[in-house]
Amino acid sequence: MISDLAGMLGDPLMQRALVVACLVGLVAPVIGTYLVQRRLSLLGDGIGHVALTGVALGWLVGNLAELTPHDALAIPGAVLAAIVGAVVIELVRAHGRTSGDVALALLFYGGIAGGVLIMSLAGGTNANLVGYLFGSISTVSSQDLVLTVALSVVVLVVGIGLRAALFAVCHDEEFARAAGLPVRALNITIAVVAALTVTVAMRVVGVLLVSALMIVPVAVAQLVTSSFRRTMATAMAIGVVVCVSGLTITYWQDASPGATIVVLAIGLYALVAAVRPLVVRARRSGTRDPHPDVADDVVLTSGDAR
Amino acid sequence: MTTDRQPGPAVIEAVGVTVALGGVPIVRGIDLTIGEGEVVALLGANGSGKSTLVRALVGVVPAERGSIRLLGAPLGRTVPWQCIGYVPQRVSAATGVPATASEVVLSGTLHGNHLLPPRGARDSARAALASVGLGAEADKAVRTLSGGQQQRVLIARALVRHPDLLLLDEPVAGVDLPSQQTFAAALADLAATGTTILVVLHELGALAPLIRRAVVLRHGSIVHDGAPPVPQPEHADPDHVHLHPHDGDRDPAHDEAGVTPTVRWQG
Repeated sequence: MISDLAGMLGDPLMQRALVVACLVGLVAPVIGTYLVQRRLSLLGDGIGHVALTGVALGWLVGNLAELTPHDALAIPGAVLAAIVGAVVIELVRAHGRTSGDVALALLFYGGIAGGVLIMSLAGGTNANLVGYLFGSISTVSSQDLVLTVALSVVVLVVGIGLRAALFAVCHDEEFARAAGLPVRALNITIAVVAALTVTVAMRVVGVLLVSALMIVPVAVAQLVTSSFRRTMATAMAIGVVVCVSGLTITYWQDASPGATIVVLAIGLYALVAAVRPLVVRARRSGTRDPHPDVADDVVLTSGDAR
Repeated sequence: MTTDRQPGPAVIEAVGVTVALGGVPIVRGIDLTIGEGEVVALLGANGSGKSTLVRALVGVVPAERGSIRLLGAPLGRTVPWQCIGYVPQRVSAATGVPATASEVVLSGTLHGNHLLPPRGARDSARAALASVGLGAEADKAVRTLSGGQQQRVLIARALVRHPDLLLLDEPVAGVDLPSQQTFAAALADLAATGTTILVVLHELGALAPLIRRAVVLRHGSIVHDGAPPVPQPEHADPDHVHLHPHDGDRDPAHDEAGVTPTVRWQG
Protein backbone atom coordinates (compact mmCIF):
# COMPACT_ATOMS: atom_id res chain seq x y z
CA MET A 1 0.00 0.00 0.00
CA ILE A 2 2.72 2.47 1.09
CA SER A 3 4.92 1.41 -1.81
CA ASP A 4 1.96 1.81 -4.19
CA LEU A 5 1.49 5.34 -2.94
CA ALA A 6 5.20 6.07 -3.24
CA GLY A 7 5.08 4.69 -6.76
CA MET A 8 2.24 6.99 -7.66
CA LEU A 9 3.93 10.04 -6.14
CA GLY A 10 7.22 9.14 -7.84
CA ASP A 11 5.64 9.06 -11.28
CA PRO A 12 6.44 12.42 -12.93
CA LEU A 13 3.30 12.24 -15.04
CA MET A 14 1.23 11.69 -11.93
CA GLN A 15 3.11 14.44 -10.07
CA ARG A 16 2.14 16.96 -12.71
CA ALA A 17 -1.41 15.65 -12.79
CA LEU A 18 -1.73 15.93 -9.01
CA VAL A 19 -0.47 19.52 -8.98
CA VAL A 20 -2.92 20.46 -11.73
CA ALA A 21 -5.79 18.67 -9.98
CA CYS A 22 -4.97 20.46 -6.72
CA LEU A 23 -4.90 23.86 -8.41
CA VAL A 24 -8.10 23.26 -10.33
CA GLY A 25 -9.88 22.04 -7.20
CA LEU A 26 -8.76 25.18 -5.41
CA VAL A 27 -9.50 27.67 -8.17
CA ALA A 28 -12.75 26.50 -9.77
CA PRO A 29 -14.99 27.03 -6.69
CA VAL A 30 -13.71 30.61 -6.22
CA ILE A 31 -15.44 31.86 -9.33
CA GLY A 32 -18.18 29.25 -8.89
CA THR A 33 -19.19 30.98 -5.65
CA TYR A 34 -19.87 34.24 -7.52
CA LEU A 35 -21.71 32.42 -10.30
CA VAL A 36 -23.99 30.58 -7.86
CA GLN A 37 -24.61 33.82 -6.02
CA ARG A 38 -25.91 35.57 -9.09
CA ARG A 39 -27.72 32.42 -10.23
CA LEU A 40 -25.56 31.94 -13.30
CA SER A 41 -24.55 28.38 -12.49
CA LEU A 42 -24.61 27.38 -16.14
CA LEU A 43 -22.33 30.18 -17.33
CA GLY A 44 -19.28 27.94 -16.99
CA ASP A 45 -21.00 25.41 -19.21
CA GLY A 46 -21.58 27.99 -21.91
CA ILE A 47 -18.01 29.21 -21.75
CA GLY A 48 -16.79 25.62 -21.94
CA HIS A 49 -18.75 25.05 -25.15
CA VAL A 50 -17.26 28.17 -26.69
CA ALA A 51 -13.78 27.22 -25.50
CA LEU A 52 -14.00 24.05 -27.61
CA THR A 53 -14.19 26.18 -30.74
CA GLY A 54 -11.11 28.00 -29.49
CA VAL A 55 -9.26 24.71 -29.02
CA ALA A 56 -10.17 23.64 -32.55
CA LEU A 57 -9.19 26.99 -34.02
CA GLY A 58 -5.87 26.67 -32.18
CA TRP A 59 -5.37 23.30 -33.86
CA LEU A 60 -6.27 24.68 -37.25
CA VAL A 61 -3.89 27.62 -36.97
CA GLY A 62 -1.20 25.35 -35.57
CA ASN A 63 -1.58 23.04 -38.56
CA LEU A 64 -1.57 25.83 -41.08
CA ALA A 65 1.54 27.33 -39.50
CA GLU A 66 3.07 23.84 -39.32
CA LEU A 67 3.89 24.20 -35.66
CA THR A 68 5.22 21.31 -33.62
CA PRO A 69 3.48 20.00 -31.67
CA HIS A 70 0.52 20.90 -33.83
CA ASP A 71 -1.73 21.40 -30.83
CA ALA A 72 0.58 24.05 -29.29
CA LEU A 73 -2.04 26.72 -29.85
CA ALA A 74 -4.97 24.68 -28.51
CA ILE A 75 -4.90 26.07 -24.97
CA PRO A 76 -4.11 29.68 -25.97
CA GLY A 77 -6.96 29.36 -28.48
CA ALA A 78 -9.25 28.13 -25.73
CA VAL A 79 -8.26 31.01 -23.43
CA LEU A 80 -8.97 33.53 -26.16
CA ALA A 81 -12.28 32.00 -27.27
CA ALA A 82 -13.42 31.55 -23.67
CA ILE A 83 -12.71 35.20 -22.85
CA VAL A 84 -14.49 36.43 -25.97
CA GLY A 85 -17.41 34.07 -25.30
CA ALA A 86 -17.66 35.07 -21.65
CA VAL A 87 -17.66 38.77 -22.47
CA VAL A 88 -20.32 38.29 -25.16
CA ILE A 89 -22.47 36.29 -22.71
CA GLU A 90 -22.05 39.05 -20.11
CA LEU A 91 -23.04 41.77 -22.58
CA VAL A 92 -26.09 39.76 -23.65
CA ARG A 93 -26.99 39.25 -19.98
CA ALA A 94 -26.58 42.94 -19.17
CA HIS A 95 -28.61 44.22 -22.13
CA GLY A 96 -30.83 41.36 -23.03
CA ARG A 97 -34.36 40.69 -22.00
CA THR A 98 -36.14 37.68 -23.43
CA SER A 99 -33.91 37.32 -26.47
CA GLY A 100 -30.86 36.86 -24.24
CA ASP A 101 -31.85 33.30 -23.45
CA VAL A 102 -32.03 32.33 -27.10
CA ALA A 103 -28.82 34.22 -27.92
CA LEU A 104 -27.02 32.25 -25.23
CA ALA A 105 -28.36 28.95 -26.54
CA LEU A 106 -27.14 29.84 -30.03
CA LEU A 107 -23.72 30.66 -28.63
CA PHE A 108 -23.50 27.38 -26.69
CA TYR A 109 -24.53 25.09 -29.51
CA GLY A 110 -22.59 27.08 -32.07
CA GLY A 111 -19.55 26.71 -29.85
CA ILE A 112 -19.68 22.96 -29.57
CA ALA A 113 -20.75 22.26 -33.15
CA GLY A 114 -18.16 24.67 -34.51
CA GLY A 115 -15.52 23.06 -32.32
CA VAL A 116 -16.25 19.55 -33.54
CA LEU A 117 -16.39 20.65 -37.18
CA ILE A 118 -13.21 22.73 -37.13
CA MET A 119 -11.44 19.98 -35.22
CA SER A 120 -12.08 17.50 -38.00
CA LEU A 121 -10.96 20.07 -40.59
CA ALA A 122 -7.75 20.51 -38.62
CA GLY A 123 -7.08 16.78 -38.78
CA GLY A 124 -7.87 16.05 -35.14
CA THR A 125 -8.96 12.51 -34.32
CA ASN A 126 -11.93 11.46 -32.26
CA ALA A 127 -9.49 10.60 -29.48
CA ASN A 128 -8.21 14.19 -29.45
CA LEU A 129 -11.78 15.43 -29.32
CA VAL A 130 -12.72 13.15 -26.45
CA GLY A 131 -9.64 14.40 -24.59
CA TYR A 132 -10.96 17.95 -24.71
CA LEU A 133 -14.57 16.98 -24.09
CA PHE A 134 -13.89 14.83 -21.03
CA GLY A 135 -10.41 15.88 -19.91
CA SER A 136 -6.97 14.42 -20.38
CA ILE A 137 -5.20 15.06 -17.14
CA SER A 138 -2.85 12.11 -17.61
CA THR A 139 -1.15 13.88 -20.51
CA VAL A 140 -0.26 17.14 -18.78
CA SER A 141 3.07 18.44 -20.11
CA SER A 142 5.37 20.68 -18.10
CA GLN A 143 4.36 23.53 -20.43
CA ASP A 144 0.69 22.91 -19.51
CA LEU A 145 1.72 22.93 -15.88
CA VAL A 146 3.33 26.38 -16.12
CA LEU A 147 0.26 27.78 -17.88
CA THR A 148 -2.06 26.24 -15.27
CA VAL A 149 -0.06 27.69 -12.37
CA ALA A 150 -0.03 31.15 -13.97
CA LEU A 151 -3.77 31.17 -14.73
CA SER A 152 -4.58 29.83 -11.26
CA VAL A 153 -2.61 32.62 -9.61
CA VAL A 154 -4.53 35.21 -11.64
CA VAL A 155 -7.88 33.68 -10.69
CA LEU A 156 -6.99 33.48 -7.01
CA VAL A 157 -5.61 37.02 -6.80
CA VAL A 158 -8.62 38.56 -8.55
CA GLY A 159 -11.29 36.26 -7.10
CA ILE A 160 -10.15 36.61 -3.50
CA GLY A 161 -8.50 40.05 -3.63
CA LEU A 162 -11.58 41.75 -5.05
CA ARG A 163 -14.02 39.68 -3.01
CA ALA A 164 -15.84 42.59 -1.38
CA ALA A 165 -16.46 44.36 -4.69
CA LEU A 166 -17.37 41.20 -6.62
CA PHE A 167 -19.69 40.20 -3.77
CA ALA A 168 -21.35 43.62 -3.89
CA VAL A 169 -22.03 43.46 -7.60
CA CYS A 170 -23.21 39.83 -7.53
CA HIS A 171 -25.37 40.34 -4.46
CA ASP A 172 -27.21 43.47 -5.56
CA GLU A 173 -26.25 45.01 -8.87
CA GLU A 174 -28.68 47.89 -8.43
CA PHE A 175 -27.10 48.91 -5.14
CA ALA A 176 -23.61 48.58 -6.61
CA ARG A 177 -24.60 50.90 -9.43
CA ALA A 178 -26.04 53.42 -6.97
CA ALA A 179 -22.74 53.32 -5.06
CA GLY A 180 -20.91 54.42 -8.20
CA LEU A 181 -19.02 51.13 -8.41
CA PRO A 182 -17.69 50.27 -11.89
CA VAL A 183 -20.38 47.63 -12.34
CA ARG A 184 -19.69 46.83 -15.97
CA ALA A 185 -15.95 46.47 -15.40
CA LEU A 186 -16.59 44.20 -12.41
CA ASN A 187 -19.06 42.08 -14.38
CA ILE A 188 -16.57 41.69 -17.19
CA THR A 189 -13.88 40.83 -14.66
CA ILE A 190 -16.08 38.01 -13.38
CA ALA A 191 -16.70 36.81 -16.93
CA VAL A 192 -12.99 36.86 -17.82
CA VAL A 193 -11.96 35.13 -14.61
CA ALA A 194 -14.65 32.52 -15.25
CA ALA A 195 -13.21 32.04 -18.74
CA LEU A 196 -9.69 31.55 -17.36
CA THR A 197 -11.05 29.08 -14.81
CA VAL A 198 -12.80 27.12 -17.53
CA THR A 199 -9.62 26.77 -19.57
CA VAL A 200 -7.67 25.69 -16.48
CA ALA A 201 -10.30 23.16 -15.44
CA MET A 202 -10.83 21.91 -19.00
CA ARG A 203 -7.57 19.98 -18.70
CA VAL A 204 -8.86 17.97 -15.77
CA VAL A 205 -12.54 17.33 -16.42
CA GLY A 206 -13.07 18.42 -20.03
CA VAL A 207 -15.34 21.13 -21.41
CA LEU A 208 -18.51 19.15 -20.78
CA LEU A 209 -17.93 18.80 -17.03
CA VAL A 210 -16.05 22.01 -16.39
CA SER A 211 -19.01 23.72 -14.80
CA ALA A 212 -19.45 20.89 -12.30
CA LEU A 213 -16.10 21.64 -10.68
CA MET A 214 -17.09 25.29 -10.32
CA ILE A 215 -20.59 24.71 -9.00
CA VAL A 216 -20.90 21.39 -7.13
CA PRO A 217 -18.34 22.18 -4.37
CA VAL A 218 -20.21 25.45 -3.74
CA ALA A 219 -23.51 23.58 -3.64
CA VAL A 220 -22.07 21.26 -0.99
CA ALA A 221 -20.48 24.08 1.01
CA GLN A 222 -23.62 26.20 1.22
CA LEU A 223 -25.47 23.34 2.85
CA VAL A 224 -23.29 23.78 5.94
CA THR A 225 -22.22 27.43 5.99
CA SER A 226 -23.90 30.73 6.79
CA SER A 227 -21.37 33.25 5.49
CA PHE A 228 -20.10 34.02 2.00
CA ARG A 229 -16.46 33.88 3.07
CA ARG A 230 -16.85 30.45 4.71
CA THR A 231 -18.81 29.14 1.73
CA MET A 232 -15.98 30.05 -0.60
CA ALA A 233 -13.27 28.61 1.69
CA THR A 234 -15.20 25.40 2.31
CA ALA A 235 -15.92 24.98 -1.40
CA MET A 236 -12.21 25.40 -2.20
CA ALA A 237 -11.30 22.72 0.35
CA ILE A 238 -13.96 20.38 -1.05
CA GLY A 239 -12.70 21.05 -4.58
CA VAL A 240 -9.15 20.06 -3.66
CA VAL A 241 -10.26 16.93 -1.80
CA VAL A 242 -12.50 15.60 -4.58
CA CYS A 243 -10.00 16.42 -7.34
CA VAL A 244 -7.07 14.77 -5.61
CA SER A 245 -9.01 11.74 -4.42
CA GLY A 246 -10.73 11.30 -7.78
CA LEU A 247 -7.40 11.38 -9.57
CA THR A 248 -5.84 9.01 -7.05
CA ILE A 249 -8.66 6.50 -7.47
CA THR A 250 -8.17 6.46 -11.24
CA TYR A 251 -4.46 5.82 -10.82
CA TRP A 252 -5.43 2.31 -9.80
CA GLN A 253 -8.90 1.95 -11.25
CA ASP A 254 -9.21 2.35 -14.99
CA ALA A 255 -11.82 5.11 -15.18
CA SER A 256 -12.11 8.64 -16.53
CA PRO A 257 -10.54 10.96 -13.91
CA GLY A 258 -12.87 13.85 -14.83
CA ALA A 259 -16.02 11.77 -14.48
CA THR A 260 -14.78 10.18 -11.25
CA ILE A 261 -14.08 13.60 -9.72
CA VAL A 262 -17.51 14.93 -10.64
CA VAL A 263 -19.30 11.80 -9.39
CA LEU A 264 -17.38 12.05 -6.11
CA ALA A 265 -18.42 15.69 -5.72
CA ILE A 266 -22.07 14.93 -6.42
CA GLY A 267 -21.93 11.94 -4.07
CA LEU A 268 -20.59 14.25 -1.38
CA TYR A 269 -23.48 16.63 -2.04
CA ALA A 270 -26.00 13.80 -1.63
CA LEU A 271 -24.32 12.63 1.57
CA VAL A 272 -24.21 16.09 3.16
CA ALA A 273 -27.76 16.86 2.07
CA ALA A 274 -28.95 13.62 3.65
CA VAL A 275 -27.02 13.98 6.91
CA ARG A 276 -27.57 17.71 7.44
CA PRO A 277 -31.24 17.57 8.57
CA LEU A 278 -30.29 15.01 11.24
CA VAL A 279 -27.45 17.19 12.54
CA VAL A 280 -29.52 20.36 12.42
CA ARG A 281 -32.38 18.66 14.26
CA ALA A 282 -30.04 17.40 16.95
CA ARG A 283 -28.56 20.88 17.38
CA ARG A 284 -31.97 22.50 17.52
CA SER A 285 -33.44 20.04 20.00
CA GLY A 286 -34.13 23.02 22.27
CA THR A 287 -36.39 24.40 19.48
CA ARG A 288 -35.49 28.00 19.62
CA ASP A 289 -37.74 30.71 18.11
CA PRO A 290 -35.71 32.11 15.21
CA HIS A 291 -37.36 35.53 15.57
CA PRO A 292 -37.68 36.08 19.32
CA ASP A 293 -37.93 39.86 19.04
CA VAL A 294 -40.75 40.01 16.51
CA ALA A 295 -43.86 41.44 18.11
CA ASP A 296 -47.36 40.14 17.44
CA ASP A 297 -49.10 42.07 14.72
CA VAL A 298 -52.58 41.31 15.99
CA VAL A 299 -54.14 42.15 19.29
CA LEU A 300 -55.41 39.12 21.18
CA THR A 301 -58.18 39.58 23.66
CA SER A 302 -57.61 37.73 26.89
CA GLY A 303 -60.34 35.23 26.03
CA ASP A 304 -58.57 34.15 22.84
CA ALA A 305 -55.09 33.95 24.24
CA ARG A 306 -53.82 30.53 25.11
CA MET B 1 -42.48 75.78 -1.60
CA THR B 2 -44.27 75.72 1.71
CA THR B 3 -41.52 74.35 3.95
CA ASP B 4 -41.00 76.57 6.97
CA ARG B 5 -37.27 75.84 7.12
CA GLN B 6 -35.23 77.42 4.37
CA PRO B 7 -33.48 74.60 2.51
CA GLY B 8 -29.70 74.81 2.06
CA PRO B 9 -27.79 74.43 -1.21
CA ALA B 10 -29.26 71.94 -3.67
CA VAL B 11 -28.33 68.33 -2.95
CA ILE B 12 -30.47 66.88 -5.74
CA GLU B 13 -31.04 68.92 -8.89
CA ALA B 14 -33.04 67.24 -11.62
CA VAL B 15 -33.99 69.22 -14.70
CA GLY B 16 -36.35 67.91 -17.37
CA VAL B 17 -35.69 64.27 -16.49
CA THR B 18 -37.44 61.77 -18.73
CA VAL B 19 -37.02 58.04 -18.23
CA ALA B 20 -38.37 55.37 -20.54
CA LEU B 21 -38.37 51.67 -19.77
CA GLY B 22 -38.75 49.37 -22.74
CA GLY B 23 -39.77 52.34 -24.90
CA VAL B 24 -42.59 53.38 -22.56
CA PRO B 25 -42.03 56.77 -20.91
CA ILE B 26 -42.39 56.26 -17.14
CA VAL B 27 -41.05 59.60 -15.91
CA ARG B 28 -41.87 62.63 -18.05
CA GLY B 29 -39.82 65.81 -17.87
CA ILE B 30 -39.50 66.12 -14.12
CA ASP B 31 -37.84 69.13 -12.48
CA LEU B 32 -36.98 68.53 -8.84
CA THR B 33 -34.64 70.38 -6.53
CA ILE B 34 -34.04 69.19 -2.99
CA GLY B 35 -31.98 71.33 -0.63
CA GLU B 36 -29.57 70.28 2.06
CA GLY B 37 -31.29 69.00 5.20
CA GLU B 38 -34.73 68.57 3.64
CA VAL B 39 -36.82 65.49 4.33
CA VAL B 40 -38.99 64.88 1.29
CA ALA B 41 -41.56 62.18 0.64
CA LEU B 42 -42.16 61.03 -2.92
CA LEU B 43 -45.75 59.85 -3.19
CA GLY B 44 -48.02 58.54 -5.90
CA ALA B 45 -50.04 55.55 -6.97
CA ASN B 46 -48.47 52.33 -8.17
CA GLY B 47 -47.02 52.90 -11.60
CA SER B 48 -46.79 56.67 -11.18
CA GLY B 49 -43.02 56.52 -11.65
CA LYS B 50 -41.75 57.22 -8.13
CA SER B 51 -39.38 54.26 -7.96
CA THR B 52 -38.18 54.86 -11.50
CA LEU B 53 -37.47 58.52 -10.69
CA VAL B 54 -35.40 57.59 -7.63
CA ARG B 55 -33.57 54.89 -9.57
CA ALA B 56 -32.76 57.43 -12.29
CA LEU B 57 -31.55 59.91 -9.68
CA VAL B 58 -28.91 57.45 -8.44
CA GLY B 59 -28.00 56.25 -11.92
CA VAL B 60 -29.48 52.76 -11.74
CA VAL B 61 -31.61 53.42 -14.84
CA PRO B 62 -30.45 55.91 -17.46
CA ALA B 63 -32.39 59.11 -18.02
CA GLU B 64 -33.43 59.52 -21.63
CA ARG B 65 -33.40 63.30 -21.42
CA GLY B 66 -32.61 65.92 -18.83
CA SER B 67 -29.80 66.46 -16.39
CA ILE B 68 -29.22 65.24 -12.86
CA ARG B 69 -26.77 66.66 -10.34
CA LEU B 70 -26.10 65.06 -6.96
CA LEU B 71 -24.28 67.08 -4.30
CA GLY B 72 -23.29 69.54 -7.00
CA ALA B 73 -21.72 67.02 -9.39
CA PRO B 74 -23.28 65.73 -12.62
CA LEU B 75 -24.40 62.10 -12.33
CA GLY B 76 -21.34 59.97 -13.07
CA ARG B 77 -17.91 59.25 -11.73
CA THR B 78 -17.39 62.67 -10.13
CA VAL B 79 -20.35 62.30 -7.75
CA PRO B 80 -19.07 61.83 -4.18
CA TRP B 81 -20.75 58.43 -3.89
CA GLN B 82 -19.43 57.86 -0.37
CA CYS B 83 -21.84 60.61 0.77
CA ILE B 84 -24.91 58.95 -0.77
CA GLY B 85 -26.87 56.06 0.68
CA TYR B 86 -29.51 54.22 -1.34
CA VAL B 87 -31.96 51.63 -0.10
CA PRO B 88 -33.55 49.82 -3.05
CA GLN B 89 -37.09 48.56 -2.89
CA ARG B 90 -36.87 45.30 -1.07
CA VAL B 91 -35.52 42.55 -3.13
CA SER B 92 -34.87 39.74 -0.73
CA ALA B 93 -31.52 40.45 0.90
CA ALA B 94 -30.68 36.76 0.47
CA THR B 95 -29.19 35.30 -2.72
CA GLY B 96 -27.90 31.99 -4.02
CA VAL B 97 -24.95 31.74 -1.66
CA PRO B 98 -25.41 32.31 2.07
CA ALA B 99 -24.13 35.64 3.37
CA THR B 100 -24.18 37.07 6.86
CA ALA B 101 -25.85 40.37 7.67
CA SER B 102 -22.47 41.96 8.33
CA GLU B 103 -21.12 40.78 4.97
CA VAL B 104 -24.05 42.43 3.21
CA VAL B 105 -23.57 45.65 5.19
CA LEU B 106 -19.83 45.55 4.54
CA SER B 107 -20.50 45.91 0.82
CA GLY B 108 -21.97 49.33 1.65
CA THR B 109 -18.49 50.60 2.54
CA LEU B 110 -17.43 50.37 -1.11
CA HIS B 111 -18.03 53.25 -3.48
CA GLY B 112 -16.74 54.65 -6.74
CA ASN B 113 -13.30 53.24 -7.36
CA HIS B 114 -12.80 52.18 -3.76
CA LEU B 115 -13.15 48.46 -4.30
CA LEU B 116 -11.59 47.31 -1.04
CA PRO B 117 -13.31 47.84 2.32
CA PRO B 118 -11.55 50.58 4.28
CA ARG B 119 -9.75 49.91 7.56
CA GLY B 120 -12.20 49.27 10.37
CA ALA B 121 -15.04 48.48 7.93
CA ARG B 122 -16.05 45.41 9.94
CA ASP B 123 -16.58 47.48 13.05
CA SER B 124 -18.51 50.10 11.09
CA ALA B 125 -20.72 47.34 9.66
CA ARG B 126 -21.47 46.04 13.15
CA ALA B 127 -22.18 49.55 14.38
CA ALA B 128 -24.56 50.16 11.46
CA LEU B 129 -26.38 46.90 12.20
CA ALA B 130 -26.61 47.84 15.87
CA SER B 131 -28.11 51.20 14.87
CA VAL B 132 -31.03 49.42 13.19
CA GLY B 133 -31.44 47.05 16.13
CA LEU B 134 -29.72 44.05 14.55
CA GLY B 135 -26.51 44.03 16.60
CA ALA B 136 -27.15 40.45 17.70
CA GLU B 137 -27.89 39.25 14.14
CA ALA B 138 -24.61 40.42 12.57
CA ASP B 139 -23.22 36.93 12.06
CA LYS B 140 -26.48 35.24 11.09
CA ALA B 141 -27.19 34.28 7.52
CA VAL B 142 -29.45 36.89 5.96
CA ARG B 143 -31.77 34.20 4.62
CA THR B 144 -32.67 33.14 8.15
CA LEU B 145 -33.86 36.67 9.05
CA SER B 146 -37.46 37.84 8.75
CA GLY B 147 -38.55 40.14 5.94
CA GLY B 148 -38.51 43.20 8.18
CA GLN B 149 -35.07 42.30 9.49
CA GLN B 150 -33.76 41.85 5.94
CA GLN B 151 -35.11 45.28 5.09
CA ARG B 152 -33.23 46.70 8.08
CA VAL B 153 -30.05 44.99 6.87
CA LEU B 154 -30.41 46.89 3.58
CA ILE B 155 -30.95 50.14 5.48
CA ALA B 156 -27.82 49.45 7.56
CA ARG B 157 -25.93 48.91 4.31
CA ALA B 158 -26.88 52.44 3.22
CA LEU B 159 -26.13 53.94 6.64
CA VAL B 160 -22.72 52.33 7.11
CA ARG B 161 -20.99 55.12 5.19
CA HIS B 162 -22.76 57.89 7.11
CA PRO B 163 -24.39 59.43 4.06
CA ASP B 164 -25.24 63.12 3.68
CA LEU B 165 -27.99 62.17 1.26
CA LEU B 166 -30.20 59.17 1.83
CA LEU B 167 -32.64 57.84 -0.78
CA LEU B 168 -35.05 55.14 0.27
CA ASP B 169 -37.47 53.29 -1.98
CA GLU B 170 -40.52 52.12 -0.01
CA PRO B 171 -38.46 51.22 3.06
CA VAL B 172 -41.45 50.32 5.21
CA ALA B 173 -43.58 48.40 2.70
CA GLY B 174 -44.65 45.20 4.38
CA VAL B 175 -42.75 45.98 7.58
CA ASP B 176 -44.53 45.47 10.89
CA LEU B 177 -45.61 48.56 12.81
CA PRO B 178 -43.04 48.40 15.66
CA SER B 179 -40.25 48.14 13.08
CA GLN B 180 -41.79 51.11 11.24
CA GLN B 181 -41.70 53.18 14.41
CA THR B 182 -38.09 52.20 15.15
CA PHE B 183 -37.27 53.11 11.59
CA ALA B 184 -39.05 56.47 11.85
CA ALA B 185 -37.08 57.26 15.01
CA ALA B 186 -33.81 56.38 13.28
CA LEU B 187 -34.69 58.64 10.33
CA ALA B 188 -35.62 61.46 12.70
CA ASP B 189 -32.16 61.20 14.31
CA LEU B 190 -30.53 61.35 10.87
CA ALA B 191 -32.65 64.31 9.82
CA ALA B 192 -31.74 66.12 13.06
CA THR B 193 -28.06 65.83 12.15
CA GLY B 194 -28.71 67.46 8.78
CA THR B 195 -28.99 64.40 6.53
CA THR B 196 -31.02 65.09 3.41
CA ILE B 197 -33.63 62.38 2.94
CA LEU B 198 -35.76 61.48 -0.08
CA VAL B 199 -38.12 58.65 0.71
CA VAL B 200 -40.56 56.92 -1.63
CA LEU B 201 -43.69 56.04 0.27
CA HIS B 202 -47.07 54.61 -0.45
CA GLU B 203 -48.53 56.35 2.57
CA LEU B 204 -46.90 58.59 5.13
CA GLY B 205 -47.72 56.26 8.03
CA ALA B 206 -45.27 56.33 10.90
CA LEU B 207 -43.08 58.83 9.04
CA ALA B 208 -45.76 61.52 8.89
CA PRO B 209 -44.34 63.70 11.73
CA LEU B 210 -41.01 63.90 9.94
CA ILE B 211 -42.17 64.95 6.50
CA ARG B 212 -42.46 68.67 5.74
CA ARG B 213 -42.50 68.43 1.97
CA ALA B 214 -44.15 65.92 -0.27
CA VAL B 215 -43.81 65.50 -4.01
CA VAL B 216 -46.68 63.65 -5.65
CA LEU B 217 -46.32 61.96 -9.01
CA ARG B 218 -49.07 60.92 -11.33
CA HIS B 219 -48.39 59.23 -14.67
CA GLY B 220 -44.76 60.28 -14.47
CA SER B 221 -45.31 63.99 -13.83
CA ILE B 222 -45.24 66.04 -10.64
CA VAL B 223 -48.77 67.07 -9.73
CA HIS B 224 -48.01 68.44 -6.28
CA ASP B 225 -44.96 69.77 -4.49
CA GLY B 226 -45.42 71.19 -1.04
CA ALA B 227 -47.03 70.34 2.25
CA PRO B 228 -47.87 66.65 2.74
CA PRO B 229 -51.28 65.83 1.27
CA VAL B 230 -54.02 64.07 3.15
CA PRO B 231 -54.80 60.56 1.96
CA GLN B 232 -57.83 60.01 -0.21
CA PRO B 233 -60.68 58.91 2.09
CA GLU B 234 -61.21 55.48 0.57
CA HIS B 235 -57.55 54.73 1.11
CA ALA B 236 -58.24 54.16 4.77
CA ASP B 237 -61.28 52.03 3.95
CA PRO B 238 -60.95 48.35 4.83
CA ASP B 239 -62.27 47.47 1.36
CA HIS B 240 -59.61 49.56 -0.33
CA VAL B 241 -57.76 47.61 -2.96
CA HIS B 242 -54.35 48.63 -4.28
CA LEU B 243 -54.56 48.39 -8.03
CA HIS B 244 -51.46 47.81 -10.03
CA PRO B 245 -51.42 48.95 -13.63
CA HIS B 246 -49.02 46.21 -14.68
CA ASP B 247 -51.50 43.57 -13.62
CA GLY B 248 -53.85 44.13 -16.52
CA ASP B 249 -53.68 45.44 -20.04
CA ARG B 250 -53.03 49.13 -20.36
CA ASP B 251 -55.78 50.58 -22.52
CA PRO B 252 -56.50 54.19 -21.60
CA ALA B 253 -60.05 53.49 -20.51
CA HIS B 254 -58.82 50.86 -18.08
CA ASP B 255 -56.16 53.24 -16.79
CA GLU B 256 -58.69 56.01 -16.31
CA ALA B 257 -60.97 53.83 -14.25
CA GLY B 258 -58.42 51.70 -12.45
CA VAL B 259 -55.55 53.91 -11.47
CA THR B 260 -56.93 56.76 -9.46
CA PRO B 261 -54.22 58.47 -7.46
CA THR B 262 -54.23 57.25 -3.89
CA VAL B 263 -53.41 60.68 -2.50
CA ARG B 264 -55.16 64.00 -2.81
CA TRP B 265 -53.54 67.31 -2.11
CA GLN B 266 -54.55 70.54 -0.46
CA GLY B 267 -55.05 73.79 -2.32
